[in-house]
Amino acid sequence: MNSRAHEFEIVIVGAGPAGLAAACAAAENGKRVAVLDDTPWLGGQIWRGEQAQPAQPGAQKWIERFRRSGATLIDQTSVIASPRPGVLTAEHPSGGREIRFQKLILATGARELLLPFPGWMLPGVVAAGGLQVLAKHGWPVAGKKVVVAGTGPLLLAVADGLKKYGAHVVSTAEQAPLARVAGFGLKLLLAHPGKILQGLGIKSRLLGVPQRFGVWPVRAEGDRQVRSVTLTDGQKTWTEDCDLLACGFNLVPNVELPLALSCELCDGFVRVDKWQATSVENIYCAGEPTGIGGVDCALAEGRIAGLAAAGRKDEARQLFAGRARWHRFRAAMAETFALRPEVKTLAADDTIFCRCEDATFGRVKQFSNWRDAKLQTRCGMGACQGRTCGAAARVVLGFGMESVRPPVLPARILSLLTISSDSTTIAETKITGTNQTL
Amino acid sequence: MNQSFDIVIVGAGIVGAACAAACARGGLKVLVLERGPIGGGTTAAGMGHIVVMDDSEAQFALTRYSRNLWQDLRPQLPDDVEFDACGTLWVAADEEEMAEVRRKEKFYSERGVRVEVLDGKGVAKAEPNLRPGLAGGLRVLGDAVLYPPCAARFFMEQAQRHGAEFRSGEVQALLPEGGVQLRDGTRLSAGRSVNAAGACSPALSPGLPVRKRKGHLVITDRYPGYVHHQIVELGYLKSAHSMTKDSVAFNIQPRKTGQMLVGSSRQFDAEDTGVDQQILDRMLRRAAEYLPSLGNLVATRVWTGHRPTTPDKLPLIGPSIESDRIWLATGHEGLGITTSTGTGQLLADLLLGKTSLIPAAPYAPARLAKGEAHHG
Amino acid sequence: MADSVQLRINGRMIAVPGGTVLAAAIAAAGVTQFRRSVSGQPRTPVCGMGVCMECRVTINGQAQRRSCQTLCEPGMEVQTDE
Repeated sequence: MNSRAHEFEIVIVGAGPAGLAAACAAAENGKRVAVLDDTPWLGGQIWRGEQAQPAQPGAQKWIERFRRSGATLIDQTSVIASPRPGVLTAEHPSGGREIRFQKLILATGARELLLPFPGWMLPGVVAAGGLQVLAKHGWPVAGKKVVVAGTGPLLLAVADGLKKYGAHVVSTAEQAPLARVAGFGLKLLLAHPGKILQGLGIKSRLLGVPQRFGVWPVRAEGDRQVRSVTLTDGQKTWTEDCDLLACGFNLVPNVELPLALSCELCDGFVRVDKWQATSVENIYCAGEPTGIGGVDCALAEGRIAGLAAAGRKDEARQLFAGRARWHRFRAAMAETFALRPEVKTLAADDTIFCRCEDATFGRVKQFSNWRDAKLQTRCGMGACQGRTCGAAARVVLGFGMESVRPPVLPARILSLLTISSDSTTIAETKITGTNQTL
Repeated sequence: MNQSFDIVIVGAGIVGAACAAACARGGLKVLVLERGPIGGGTTAAGMGHIVVMDDSEAQFALTRYSRNLWQDLRPQLPDDVEFDACGTLWVAADEEEMAEVRRKEKFYSERGVRVEVLDGKGVAKAEPNLRPGLAGGLRVLGDAVLYPPCAARFFMEQAQRHGAEFRSGEVQALLPEGGVQLRDGTRLSAGRSVNAAGACSPALSPGLPVRKRKGHLVITDRYPGYVHHQIVELGYLKSAHSMTKDSVAFNIQPRKTGQMLVGSSRQFDAEDTGVDQQILDRMLRRAAEYLPSLGNLVATRVWTGHRPTTPDKLPLIGPSIESDRIWLATGHEGLGITTSTGTGQLLADLLLGKTSLIPAAPYAPARLAKGEAHHG
Repeated sequence: MADSVQLRINGRMIAVPGGTVLAAAIAAAGVTQFRRSVSGQPRTPVCGMGVCMECRVTINGQAQRRSCQTLCEPGMEVQTDE
């Protein structure tokens, strides 16, 4: 192992669809490519490795293609900081890492938007996609009564997935009105018939499960564990018993690392040009951080970013039309699942707003901006570094995000130390892929 | 509208806020101007250590007076100030540093400050996570820690209850006839202005001998009981005293929340706010020499701040050399949280012509007039 | 799935299929509180993807580790805030 092992021509952060597509595009064009990912699996939060997601033929195909591409996977590795241009420091369970790059592609994905409402911090109230993911990895849901609520195209897929794992899905509650969702379905049918067929597959398994639109949760109740959820359609209000409430309000982009690298944002998303290049030289961004567009949009953007970073602009240009189609889909999705004002005002004064620091909504709302609120109530100062309450504060209180301080993710103090060139090498990490130069 | 105030205080850091509280309590008509959040500058960047120091008689007098004022305030402090009388443990690595422990013990005891000398075993018992084999230490019992931004807000609220006014606004100039001019051109008249802008005070008082001294801090997730005192290496004194070199010293603070604040570093001529990987590395390695298991704690944030430093390491409290209409309350280096209370009281006493409990002369800006004890 | 993995959760040995995420194993062991919040409330995992930090537990003596991003390993010692 020589010190070159730390250096790659192109480094990609995130092994989800955008990252894999970017890695394949760059590595297939002869570039030395590494993909860093927080998790122990390939495919990011959406695909989560081939075993976890056998039903996704796309996942299988891309993971196999990635393995053949010659790109290196550096897994279980969280990026902490960029101490100087061209360098990332990262944490692996065995210690710190330093990775140098000429070009960087950020494919950091998205997380669910969690909005506070009375009772949302009770055990058993779980993010919608979060519960599906946990169930996939062995979380016991069989026989449990589950209400699925919130918004977004994932909601029905979550209900479907939970049913497959033996949960008793009591009902689903989508806050967007039926007319809007149906309109979206119609557009989808015209533009992307395949998506609707997927949807129909889900539909048949959810036969007999009440699927409500224009309905949202107002509070969860229970003592040390959720026992029921109260829902409303704005006219009437009712309560449904449940053992689990899976509740998420669509996705928000993971822009912490792009921000830490000084990439400019536009309306909360990373601003990119037609080559997926950010405002910072040699740094590209693809997938959800540039706009919540789903897997196919992420694949299209990732591929363009990978080609552009590898200097194959002509090939990248040929993919512009396809990407434009997904961008129209992305816009339609944003419109369809736009949050109704009522779900932004669910929190009561005594509702915990920041789960890490237990700061209440009543305290946080006294302040006019995020920094003041943070300093005085400690909201956003805890272990999640404001990922949950900061996103909620943006939606509920209109607070803008501030700059990000290192570490980008909490990391052991050991991992903050400078890596001396001979002490640690990535040879200690589990390396998948077949890069011959290693 | 041309409203008139007795004093307009520029800066609502903990020093400006404490000055506002003391002046308003004394009956002065006070306006506080701040361009950012209350307690959002160096106040928010600092550790929040209430500590009696013995670098000089003047430093001792101000820190002890200030600590007494904090103890008096204790019953009034809201929970979010997180006041915790955990004490300071100065640790000695070797016999040379033990000699310093004994010198400090004598100094403090003679002046009525409660301290205890611990031997190596005593230190190990008091702080089991410290590395074995330390020579000993000095426990200063009345020292404390708190959360500075909420303490600054507490002072500001106290000032407002006594009639002070708070406004958001950026001051462009302190006017020679009293009062200030804002960035937007507005002039606010007042009998006197007080420059309490901390590390930014030279921008309003050109030529002021206050330099920025950058520091780094790391905060961890919650590990209640990992350490029980604010622990500082005696080598800290060498670091804090060196006025030229970049330096690091082991200094850890247990927060009431269970979090650990880990420091410290000192750098001149580093005006930027970025994290300096090299100095962070040195600082954390130094801390881990004293706490071998520190590396396994999870850090949630690293940040930097700038201490406002004067050549003789004492703050500037009182009328400026240039004008009796422009006063100063700045230059507190790393002790602004501790000495905010004393500074406020001294400033108010001076403005109101009252006799202070401690002499104000050592902190008078006039001491730094050209030709006098001025170096650096 | 791969072979079963044995680990100790709050002093109790349990066996889970290989590839199980630790958070799921903890729930399967009947644990109803992963961590206690600052004000003493019981908390369990929410986001499932390493973001919300509600799944933090002590793993092999290291406190504040994310159980939802950790795969079960043989002989792991896990402690929750009970």
